[in-house]
Amino acid sequence: MITIDRVTHRYGSTTVLDDVSLELPAGRVTSVIGPNGAGKSTLFSVVSRLLRPSAGRVTVDGLDVTSARDTEVARRLAVLRQDNQVAARLTVLDLVRFGRFPHSGGRLTPECHAKVEEALAWLKLDPLRDRYLDQLSGGQRQRAFIAMVLAQDTDYLLLDEPLNNLDMKHSAAMMSLVRRAVDELGKTAVVVMHDINFASAYSDHIVAMRDGAVVAAGTPAQIMRREVLQDVFDMDIHVQDLNGMRLGIFWTPGAPVPPPSAVDLRDLLAGAAEDLPQRPAQEGEPHTPTQTQTPSPDTVTVGDAR
Amino acid sequence: MTTIAPAPSRDTSPDAPATEQQRLARTRAVVVVLAVLVAAACTAYLLYDVRGSWSYAMDLRTRQLAALLITGAAVGASSLVFQTVAGSRILTPSVMGFDALYMLIQTVIVYTLGSAAFLALTPGQHFLIDALLLTVFGWLLFTWLFRRSSRNLLMLVLVGVVLGSFFASLTSLSSRLLSPDDFLTLQDVMFASFSTADPELLWTAGAVTVLGIAALVPLGRRLDVVALGHDPAVTLGVSFHRTVRITLAVTTLLVAAATALVGPMLFLGLVVANLARQLVPTHRHAVLLPVSILVGVLTCVAGQLVVVHVFDLTTTLSVVVNLVGGLYFLRLLMRTVLL
Ligand SMILES: Nc1ncnc2c1ncn2[C@@H]1O[C@H](COP(=O)(O)OP(=O)(O)OP(=O)(O)O)[C@@H](O)[C@H]1O
Ligand SMILES: [Mg+2]
Repeated sequence: MITIDRVTHRYGSTTVLDDVSLELPAGRVTSVIGPNGAGKSTLFSVVSRLLRPSAGRVTVDGLDVTSARDTEVARRLAVLRQDNQVAARLTVLDLVRFGRFPHSGGRLTPECHAKVEEALAWLKLDPLRDRYLDQLSGGQRQRAFIAMVLAQDTDYLLLDEPLNNLDMKHSAAMMSLVRRAVDELGKTAVVVMHDINFASAYSDHIVAMRDGAVVAAGTPAQIMRREVLQDVFDMDIHVQDLNGMRLGIFWTPGAPVPPPSAVDLRDLLAGAAEDLPQRPAQEGEPHTPTQTQTPSPDTVTVGDAR
Repeated sequence: MTTIAPAPSRDTSPDAPATEQQRLARTRAVVVVLAVLVAAACTAYLLYDVRGSWSYAMDLRTRQLAALLITGAAVGASSLVFQTVAGSRILTPSVMGFDALYMLIQTVIVYTLGSAAFLALTPGQHFLIDALLLTVFGWLLFTWLFRRSSRNLLMLVLVGVVLGSFFASLTSLSSRLLSPDDFLTLQDVMFASFSTADPELLWTAGAVTVLGIAALVPLGRRLDVVALGHDPAVTLGVSFHRTVRITLAVTTLLVAAATALVGPMLFLGLVVANLARQLVPTHRHAVLLPVSILVGVLTCVAGQLVVVHVFDLTTTLSVVVNLVGGLYFLRLLMRTVLL
């Protein structure tokens, strides 16, 4: 279990983490959600010792991370950071092997090689193993970094936005992988993500942060509610039930879900600039501007490219 | 639903990336070729075109060669690891103001002692004073730099340049206060010279160099991780700041020994370390360190051969290295900082 005990962090006079206390249960997938700047990455930095908090304490299975030896923490806890950049020019294989450093100190054992191969296979990176990182697409690079974290083979995985840059297929595969690591291998995963539906579908536990504080924590069913999400994201999110899975639908704030092409952008512009050519009426058009209610800026969609 | 074609198992096209085996083979080849070239250059340095007394020539040439070897190895090793902890290929101790510091120290010594006393110092005393002052002030300088700008590249380069010209103007200010005699004495030590190496000094500098390099070897694997940057290194369980501090201390000692022995070689380290990184396709210091030492030695010995036998000593090695290295530095700066 990761215990975060009254952690506060300040940059100058701004408080970025405000007395956060949390228990992240072992053997579960916990998602951390919240708007940009809520303090999610800062919290991860504190847990992974990249940042010494202004106040508070973090323990991993009873081990205090600030006072523990460096390798000891690195053997229990692997971290995927939000922005992954390394100064050196490395191939995928080089990078993934670094994941074994806490165990081997750089001298790879046969077990290390096996773990590296396993991680490469999980993320389907075998065809790319000899490529340099700067020769990869954004999503491929993201997968290489995830493979490094998995090769570290720790009980705890902290993943800060692992779905960054991944397409839908790889996102789903990634989250299934996390699920399997937790269910089959008994690991503990804490995952920051922005897609609340992925959080809802794949986690046991959701922690919602806002302005440096935890505003809600609970099961997906407890968190995926209109009031809670309104409170976290300051946005009206409709929650639908799909075969027992709770999914949030977010379009424009405050408006009933508009049909596509409800308003043509050019008609709106026409009010401001008279000399724009009028759009000729077209047949079979679902809505003409005159038929819609007074267009409010909230309901503008620009999906009507033809 | 469309089926997705299975991903090709391995890229086998002609422009496929080099496999690990291919990169290893290339690394090995580079090391062998370098070692052969170094051996050839050393032999040539000792034996080529000997005139007059054989034993006199051998004695002089062995000492000169030793000075070249020590300088090449110390500068090659220290510049390489300095780049790693600085997180940039354009930063070497010299670029960060180390040579300027050396000049300043010389000037201050000449100014306070006067050239008569300065010249009266035995080479051993001179070396000791230089090496001591350089190690202490160099270490202070580097730790201060790294604390201050927290590895912001542009910032570090700027600070290095500013410090360099600050030291240089202090030097020229205090040299203006010198008598013409003192000034001439000073001019003499401001350029690297391999011609008259004292055996006692060679042993001391050689021992420091060997010990320094030996201290870097066990740091190699940790330096591999440090090269990734602060955050990845910490998450992989490497005490980043401790490793950087130790490395800087050893680096300072190495450059101090080389500089006190032969004088400033501004761009030598920059050229050597970058050449080493280009020659072998690896990030591992276990390979980079020996390659950088070999390249350093080769540059010094072959360079001096050319200076002696082609230019007939009308120029010096440091002039040649600084000319080539200066242009190279400009190119690197254009590519990494400005773009
Ligand atoms: N080095 C820093 N100095 C000052 N303020 C910082 C620093 N790093 C982060 N912050 C501030 O701390 C707050 C929290 O940042 P953090 O990166 O934890 O947010 P986040 O929840 O991860 O956001 P995102 O979803 O955009 O990744 C932000 O307001 C940010 O501006
Ligand atoms: Mg973040």
